[in-house]
Amino acid sequence: MTPTLLPGSLATRSDQTIMAQAELQKLPEKPVVTIQASKSHVALNLYELWAHRELLYFLIWRDVKIRYKQTLLGAAWAIIQPLLTMLIFTLIFSRVAKIDSNGIPYPVFAYAALLPWTFFANAITTSGNSIVGSAHLITKVYFPRPIIPIASVCAGLVDLAVAFPMLAVLMLYYHIDITMGALFLIPLVLLTILLAIAVGMWVSAINVRYRDVKFAMPFAVQIWMYVSPVAYPPSVVPAKWRTIYALNPFVGIIDGYRAALFGRAFDWKALAISLVVTVGLLAYASYQFRKMEKGFADII
Amino acid sequence: MKPIIRVMNVGKQYRIGSPQSSYLTLRESLTSRAAAPFRWLAGKRSSSDETFWALQEISFDVYPGEVVGIIGRNGAGKSTLLKLLSRITEPTTGKIELYGRIGSLLEVGTGFHPELSGRENIYLNGAILGMTRAEIAEKFDEIVAFAEMEKFVDTPVKHYSSGMYLRLAFAVAAHLEPEILIVDEVLAVGDVRFQRKCLDKMEGVSKEGRTVLFVSHNMPAVTRLCQRAILLDHGKLVDDDSAPRVVSSYLSSAAADSAGVREWPDLARSPGDEVVRLRAVRVRSEEGTITEAVDIRKPFLIEIEYDILRPGKRLSPVIICNNDEGICVFSSGGTSPDFLEIQDVGYTGRSVSTCRIPGDLLTEGALTVTVSINTIMDGNFTHALERDALRFQVVDSLNENSARGLYGGPMLGVVRPLLTWTNKPTRTSSDFLSPSADSGTAAR
Repeated sequence: MTPTLLPGSLATRSDQTIMAQAELQKLPEKPVVTIQASKSHVALNLYELWAHRELLYFLIWRDVKIRYKQTLLGAAWAIIQPLLTMLIFTLIFSRVAKIDSNGIPYPVFAYAALLPWTFFANAITTSGNSIVGSAHLITKVYFPRPIIPIASVCAGLVDLAVAFPMLAVLMLYYHIDITMGALFLIPLVLLTILLAIAVGMWVSAINVRYRDVKFAMPFAVQIWMYVSPVAYPPSVVPAKWRTIYALNPFVGIIDGYRAALFGRAFDWKALAISLVVTVGLLAYASYQFRKMEKGFADII
Repeated sequence: MKPIIRVMNVGKQYRIGSPQSSYLTLRESLTSRAAAPFRWLAGKRSSSDETFWALQEISFDVYPGEVVGIIGRNGAGKSTLLKLLSRITEPTTGKIELYGRIGSLLEVGTGFHPELSGRENIYLNGAILGMTRAEIAEKFDEIVAFAEMEKFVDTPVKHYSSGMYLRLAFAVAAHLEPEILIVDEVLAVGDVRFQRKCLDKMEGVSKEGRTVLFVSHNMPAVTRLCQRAILLDHGKLVDDDSAPRVVSSYLSSAAADSAGVREWPDLARSPGDEVVRLRAVRVRSEEGTITEAVDIRKPFLIEIEYDILRPGKRLSPVIICNNDEGICVFSSGGTSPDFLEIQDVGYTGRSVSTCRIPGDLLTEGALTVTVSINTIMDGNFTHALERDALRFQVVDSLNENSARGLYGGPMLGVVRPLLTWTNKPTRTSSDFLSPSADSGTAAR
C-alpha cells in the first residue's frame, strides 16, 4: 500500500472529461500559429502590427508617462532643448558667422528646423537603445518586435506637440503670418516619423549585437545635424551639388517645414528624393531588422 | 480527436559560448573577420562555429483540455521548449502548429514599471501578456481583489514590498484567458498561503477545459495539476505518459547513475557562478566510505565539495532532501553561528562542508539530494544550484533495533524517528471486568 500524501489529486481526471471538453471547443481547421525557422524577409508585417496596436498604444503611453518622472522641469524640457539650441545658433551662425537666412529672422528660421530635428534626434537615440533596454520583454514574451522602436519614436511626438506652440509665439513676435501652407506640416511630420522609425529600427537591431552603437550614436547624430540644413539654408550648398545633397532625406524635410511655415515655394525635387530615400530606408531597415530579430532572444 | 498543439520533429541549435561573450563589439567582429583567412590557412576553424543542440527531434501532440507537465533536470531543454512554444525564439528545425490563442507566463510581472502605479501596471502588463484593453477593464476589479491590494492600487509599484509586487503580478497573469497557457515555475512566488491560492487558481483553469503546459521542479504540483507528463533529458524526449508514472520514473532515474557520489571534474561546466562552483557531492557512512545505501539506524554524512573563486562572501551550503513522491523530507543549511564563525571570508580555494544526519530519523526508501551554495548574510543569493544532484537509499536491515521493531509490514510517514514508548499498568483485569468500569474506554 502506498499512502498518497498529495492533496486532492487531479491526476484522476478521466479521458472522457477531456474528450467532452474537446467537443465543446471547436478547433480551427488551420493552425492559428505555425512556428518554424522563418522564411519571411520583411519585419513590418502590417497585419500583425495592427493586431497588436493596443500593445503599441500602451508602450507609447508608458514611455510618455515615465519620460519626465523625477525631473524638476518636466515637459518644459521639450521646449528648453530646441530653444537653447536656437539661442546658441543665433549667437554663432547669425551674429558671428553672419549666415544668410533667406530674409527670415534667424531665430524663427532656426527654430522651425530645430523642431523636427530635435524630435528626430531624440527619436533615433531612444529607439536605437529601445530593444536592448527591453531585454526583459524580449526574453519573456512574444509580440512583433518592431513595436518597441516604433513606440519609442511615437512617444517623442508628445515633445514635438509641446514645442510647437513656442514656434507660433516666435512667429507672432516677428510678425510672420501663418498661411494655409502650414497644412503641409501634417504630411511632413508623418514623413519625419517614418524616417525616424526606419533609422531607429535599424540602429536598435544593430545595437543588440554591437553595443558600440551606444557610443557612436551621439557623434552620428551631431554629424547628421551639420550635414542637414538646420543651422543654415540649403542655398549655401552650390547648385551643382544640390541633388547629391538632397540624398540626405532630412534636407527635403527641413526645407519643406520652412516652406510650409513661411509660405515659401517648396523644393519638390528635394522632397521627392527625401520620400523615396525614406521609403527605401524603411524597406532596408525592415529587412535588416527581420534578419537580426531571430537572434535577439538568444544574444541580448 | 484533433490535437491543439502539434510539435513535429523540433530541434534548436545554439552556439557554444558563455553568455557574456555572446554579443560582440564591432572591433571583435572586424578583427575576427580579418583574421579568418589566416585561421583558415592554419587549418583551424573558428571556435564560435561550435554548436550544440538544446533540443533534438522533439515530437508530441497535446489535445484540448489536457494539462501536461514538462519535467527534467536543469539543462534538459525545458526552458528552450517553452521559449519555442511561446515564439520567443525560432526552432532550427521542425515545426510547431498551434490551433488556438496562446498565452505564456515565463515570468510574472513582465514589463512592470516601478514608476507606474498598480493600476497602470495592470493595464500595461495585461497588454504585454496579450489581453485587450476591454478584457483588462472587465477583469480589473477581480484582479485587484485576487491580489488583495485594493488600498494600494494607485501607489507606484516601487513602493510595494516584494510580496505585494509578486501578488499583483501573478494576479494579472492568473486572469489571462488564452486557449493554451504555458507556465514556467511561476508558482514559486509569494508566501505559502498565496502559493496555495495560485495552485487553486491553476486547478480552476484546467477544469475550465483550457490546455496547459506546465514546467516545474515541484513534483507534487506536477502530479497534482497534470494528467500527463513529458520527461526531457539532454534535449531529447525520453518519456511521455501519465504524470504520476513519469514523475516517479524521473525521480528514480534522476541520479540513479551516481552511486553515492556526484562529481564535476570540469570547473567551467560545473554548477555555480564567478563566486563559487560545486565540485562534488558525496554520501558517506559514518566510517567515511562512500555509499549509496545508508543504514536506517546509523548516522551518515552528506559532503559538499566546492571551489571558492572570489573571496569576501559568507557562503552557506544547503541540502534539500526529497523522497520519491517529491515531498521535501528536510532541508538544512550551514548557517549556525558556529559554522559561520569558522568560515574565513577571505579564503579562496577548495572547501568541503559536511552535514551529519543522525540515525533513526529518516524512513526507508530513496532520497534525492538537491544542493546549493548561497550567500545569506548580505541578501539572499544562490550562487550554485544543482537539483537532484544525488540519490541514495535508506535501508532498514530489519534487525529489531530500528524503529520498526519486530514489525515487518509497511509503515507510514516521511520520517521514522526511534521514539520512546512507555507502558504502565493502570488497572488490573479484575477492575475492567467489574460492572463499575467504563466499558467504552476499556474496549479500546
